[in-house]
Amino acid sequence: MALKFEVLGRFNRARAAQLTLPHYLCQTPLFMPVGTQGTIKGLTKNQLEEIGCQIILGNTYHLALRPTSELIDELGGLHKFMNWPRALLTDSGGFQMVSLLHLADITEKGVTFQSPVDGKPMLLTPEESIQIQNRIGADIIMALDDVVRTTITGPRIEEAMYRTLRWIDRCIAAHKRPNEQNLFGIVQGGLDPVLRDICVRGLVERNLPGYAIGGLAGGEDKDSFWRVVAQCTAALPEDKPRYVMGVGYPLDIVVCSALGADMYDCVYPTRTARFGTALVPEGVLKLKHQAMANDIRPIDPMCECMVCKNYTRAYIHCLVTKDAMGSQLLSYHNLYYMMKLSRDLHSSIVEGRFPEFVCKFLQTMFPKGDVPEWVCNAMEVAGIDISSCCHEMKV
Amino acid sequence: MEQRKSPVRGSAAGQLSFPNSDSRSAPHNPQRPARFHLSGPPYLLSSFSGFSPAPVQPASLLPCFFSSLEGISPKTISNIGGLHQMLSLHQHIFAAVPRDSIIALPEHDSTNKYGASFQTPGGRLLIKPAEYVELVSSMKPDFWVTLADEVPAWVSDKRNRTSVDRTLRWLDDCLSLNKTGTTIFGSIVGGSSIEERHRCAQEVAQRNVSGYWIGGFGLGESMDERAALLTAVTDNLPEDMPRHVSGLGLPEEVLQGVAAGIDLFDSTYVYHLTLGGFALTFPLERNKGDNADYQLSDSGGDDMKINLKATIYRKDTSPIVESCNCFTCQNHTKAYLNHLFNVHEMLAQTLLEIHNTHQYLGFFCSIRKAIEEGKFEQFRRNFVESRRECLFAAASSD
Repeated sequence: MALKFEVLGRFNRARAAQLTLPHYLCQTPLFMPVGTQGTIKGLTKNQLEEIGCQIILGNTYHLALRPTSELIDELGGLHKFMNWPRALLTDSGGFQMVSLLHLADITEKGVTFQSPVDGKPMLLTPEESIQIQNRIGADIIMALDDVVRTTITGPRIEEAMYRTLRWIDRCIAAHKRPNEQNLFGIVQGGLDPVLRDICVRGLVERNLPGYAIGGLAGGEDKDSFWRVVAQCTAALPEDKPRYVMGVGYPLDIVVCSALGADMYDCVYPTRTARFGTALVPEGVLKLKHQAMANDIRPIDPMCECMVCKNYTRAYIHCLVTKDAMGSQLLSYHNLYYMMKLSRDLHSSIVEGRFPEFVCKFLQTMFPKGDVPEWVCNAMEVAGIDISSCCHEMKV
Repeated sequence: MEQRKSPVRGSAAGQLSFPNSDSRSAPHNPQRPARFHLSGPPYLLSSFSGFSPAPVQPASLLPCFFSSLEGISPKTISNIGGLHQMLSLHQHIFAAVPRDSIIALPEHDSTNKYGASFQTPGGRLLIKPAEYVELVSSMKPDFWVTLADEVPAWVSDKRNRTSVDRTLRWLDDCLSLNKTGTTIFGSIVGGSSIEERHRCAQEVAQRNVSGYWIGGFGLGESMDERAALLTAVTDNLPEDMPRHVSGLGLPEEVLQGVAAGIDLFDSTYVYHLTLGGFALTFPLERNKGDNADYQLSDSGGDDMKINLKATIYRKDTSPIVESCNCFTCQNHTKAYLNHLFNVHEMLAQTLLEIHNTHQYLGFFCSIRKAIEEGKFEQFRRNFVESRRECLFAAASSD
């Protein structure tokens, strides 16, 4: 185990903690931006530090393709290659394969697919995935899991869950650097509480440094989503980090944190930036709209980031479709927003004002009090009183 | 040493200062220090400078006039407070120039007596002097250049003469429309005709302007014929007024311009280099007999530049230039840049442009130093000859 996880404050299920990784001392809850190919689209490492990024995610599939994990290893690991002094996390490569490639197929051996380079049949096994991740050298590495979308039903889900448990043992056996890299297991089981429970127990038995809740953020309805998160966070050990993969929207992060999760990743903030959308406390701001063309206010007058302190909506509007800088500025702002959200979650829990923070967040986002029902249900389970923000409850 | 201060915003004394030329070592070659203008559209510059973690020394920027208008109206620019506010580059000097060789290309065929025509991504635009002056006033640049009818080297004599007449007329129009008393550079054209260049320069020299913009270069003339054309212009201009040329980008061209008495340059050289993945690597202190280690055939470059996309850099953990203290060289390796280019990540452009700009600005610094030390001609000779030697070595090593 190469990490320390110390809870510094709580509110019911929510917790704020210090996560010490080989390369960085992090504070949770935290959001991890996705730097697919060894870079977060267009932002320099200085800017990422300025914004407050603590852990960046790299995609094993892409990096193994180019420049290859062997090259990264030869040049001293991904940290050195990118010159990123803080923490890194790599995923297993499995998800990308299944979602990006035609004819990818999952068997007991591993994920079979056609190489995108030359069409040759290839196989990604749990062993191979771990070896690649060992070469890349991230602080946290993910087990290869058999991931199925929650929109699928039937025996496939059960098959995937058991296979994930069998594969975790192969991952553990293949892991050559347990003192420098933390292998996280991933809980699968679709939306079925029984399957999820079996999976959680199986992984917890293996005593891993941390656990992820996988298979969500794939189109399932929100009500099912939060219930799976709630169930898993209740069953996973208190003293280890919990990572909800693929989440996401600021609202989802607030809810999951209330339910006891600690880490998140998503392409949403940076991807939506490239489409001209900025994240603001009220929701989103679409910079491409004609209304922005003459708006000389910053994106968010309350935001302290470099973009909001220097540029107007009008200027970003004219850049947004035509110039890389438009998306760079929005990525910067959006990531700043996510990092601030992370910091606010952490400090509000530590300082004993988490419910107030949640209420303020919801009031700003839903000024008419139309907080979605799933959020209300989740908050009830989380033990947070949001009646002051909910229209129905006010009556 | 005579200092002339132009009324530029926020400048400390000496931003645009021109020491007297020192001893003339050759006729027509007053030694003048060159300041440096960065090139190209705001896109280009904004891409790094709005943003660069280690700011490059304050230098002038030339926004592309028309491309900055797409999607944003002059009124809005004005409401924001002008270019300095909009781009949040308060320490920099802005000059408004109509030509930009990337986004707004002069379309001499369509230019007519009413206005100058430009080909832009938004289509063809005809700009009349009155419109031009209005646009400029919303941008609030530190100085601006009058509307010109630029023609390439191969047009007929008649067309060329017309371009001079029009440019002079528009110069007078711009001057009379200039209500706010801003700083204006008069445009001088004349194509590749020595007589027309003389004529235009003499006429403009009689107008009440604060400096001169020399257009029509970098549009098809050869380097050999250019020297005479440049001096045909500069010979007619007062010593103590700045001269600005667009379109001369290659180091040799810059040196040629400096020798002819040019002070300010802008071009798209850095932009195009960066697009192609080329990194400038020429040593800034050029000494004769300096045999650098030339990696020519494999790298697709020469001793001036390397192509970071080349496979030989896949595992190269050295910075682009060892002694360079730009952000990119201080933080990243050729291997990382090679990877970024190969996977088409936009960070590649950002990082490379930071380096190339830094290097190019350093070149101008060396020029200024050489002039101050009275060694400009030698500097120029050394530079050009080492370059030739290197190319010769490359050719004969095959």
